[in-house]
Amino acid sequence: MEQKTKKPHNSVHGRRFLAYFVLILMSFLCLVWFYILFINATRSNGELSRGFTPFPGSNLVKNFTGMLHSTQPVVRGMLNSVLVSGLSAILCTYFSTMTAYAIHAYRFKGRKAMYTLILAIMMIPTQVTALGFIQLLTKMKLMDSYVGLIIPSIAAPATFFYLKQYMDSVLSISLIEAARMDGAGEFYTFNKIVIPLMKPAIAVQAIFTFVGSWNNYFTPSLVLKTETKKTLPVLIAELRGADFLKFDMGIVYMTIAFSIFPVIIVYLLLSKYIVGGVQLGGVKE
Amino acid sequence: MAANTKSTNGGSKKVMRYNRWGYIFLLPFFIVFVIFQLIPLATTIYNSFFENYRSGLKQIGPNFIGFANYAKILSSPDLWKYVGNTLIMWLIGFIPQILVSLLLAAWFTDPSLNLRGKRFFKTVIYLPNLIMASAFAMLFFTLFADSGPVNSMLVQMGLISKPFKFFSSTVATRSLVGFMNFIMWTGNTTILLMAGMMGIDPTLFEAAEVDGASANQIFRRITLPLLRPILVYVLITSLIGGLQMFDVPQILTNGSGDPARNTMTMVMWLNKHLYSKNYGMGGALSVLMFLLTGVLSIAVFHITGNDEKTDR
Repeated sequence: MEQKTKKPHNSVHGRRFLAYFVLILMSFLCLVWFYILFINATRSNGELSRGFTPFPGSNLVKNFTGMLHSTQPVVRGMLNSVLVSGLSAILCTYFSTMTAYAIHAYRFKGRKAMYTLILAIMMIPTQVTALGFIQLLTKMKLMDSYVGLIIPSIAAPATFFYLKQYMDSVLSISLIEAARMDGAGEFYTFNKIVIPLMKPAIAVQAIFTFVGSWNNYFTPSLVLKTETKKTLPVLIAELRGADFLKFDMGIVYMTIAFSIFPVIIVYLLLSKYIVGGVQLGGVKE
Repeated sequence: MAANTKSTNGGSKKVMRYNRWGYIFLLPFFIVFVIFQLIPLATTIYNSFFENYRSGLKQIGPNFIGFANYAKILSSPDLWKYVGNTLIMWLIGFIPQILVSLLLAAWFTDPSLNLRGKRFFKTVIYLPNLIMASAFAMLFFTLFADSGPVNSMLVQMGLISKPFKFFSSTVATRSLVGFMNFIMWTGNTTILLMAGMMGIDPTLFEAAEVDGASANQIFRRITLPLLRPILVYVLITSLIGGLQMFDVPQILTNGSGDPARNTMTMVMWLNKHLYSKNYGMGGALSVLMFLLTGVLSIAVFHITGNDEKTDR
């Protein structure tokens, strides 16, 4: 009898110990790279060549100013990235909400076919249409311009799907009808009633679209040609392409840190919504 | 707002008038979709039937050659090599990813374990998913370089006598790519599986516990079978993502896919065709990838039953 009550107790302890062990190991594997990155970004080229130490050096400011004056327009790249990602996030969420509203609130001919089409194209990777996309941009004289990186985000099936599901749970048809009774126009209803109601879901999707665009390398590397127009991922790839071992390694680490840490800071501030958003949405990419 | 001045029981005619607004609200999506996705898809397919490339300074084509590009690409040993590379590197990342995610999700949702700091761990483990893959790959390249910190640590600890050339070893480079994918996607999969596990009727677990089932038995006999649809969903979406693998191996190997092109993925090869303006072969490769992801997507569609749920 005594053994019987003792045994499950022990096994819970054992499992809990194992769980914490694995969790701490995973957390270590997820964080250690960024720790090393931070340490190395604070050390000078000479210190770095002498091997790794787990303590920060004193070259943080020097590496930072070195990066500002390096051959690569890193700060400009960050501004470009902010511009492209910010506009993409705004356009993507506004128009995806609009698309979701069209499917949610109106019963028109072809509605179901349209919904199925949007879901069907959800999984098509951008890479498989890249060839035609580049040819199109060339013909439209939109190569080396941000238009091709920003405007396509208006048609984002995954964002649409998430917002549509959220809309199903918060927006009742009777609310829309009440607005009509009060004489509100359809665009007015959409902008003044639907958008505010959808704010939590829009915020989550805006973050995901921003981060997705911020991290995107494939399309920008094909479209952007002028050095001062390039976004951060393209500049990072250039850094890899150069004979970078001749570079000041402190500055190389600083440049990588400069492109990674803003996202980490934003994430830590908003992690509650982001993790919750993944949980709700299921699909991200 | 003429409709509003009419009597409210104007019936279906009024509703019909409103419903026309559906087209207007759909218009932005539809226009952008047609211009930036449908037309490019059509021209990509069109291109795949033409001989069209540059040989030095000379432009060859475009000449219509039917399915010759497909015949050429499907009989090319390169294609199968790169498909193999892509799948191997995907598997190196996916196998530990699904195992660890299953464990973590089971632990997170087990009330008897009552783990502390769940939110902290979820936040940390999800973090790498948001990191710029190209910068992450660049970071790994510097860390694992011949004179990088990992080698200097291993030498200092006396584990090796001289730096190990990670990027000259096929196994090491492929493993690094797989490992990075593992780190980047485990958090995401854990959260998906957790949502699935929390959807399982808790009375099933209680009944099993009353019957004296061990945690291990409950996991294998109840959790896993009920989780199967989500597991298949995770498997296929991860495979679709894996087929698109590009940023990490591209930056890690500077686009060369070295050593010996053993880390060259399908999209890296496509990228090469796009840069060299070999539109015929690039088109054929794109169409093959489109068909492959199409088949996999239809499978996802069936599992999630999206087509049924659409109309309420």
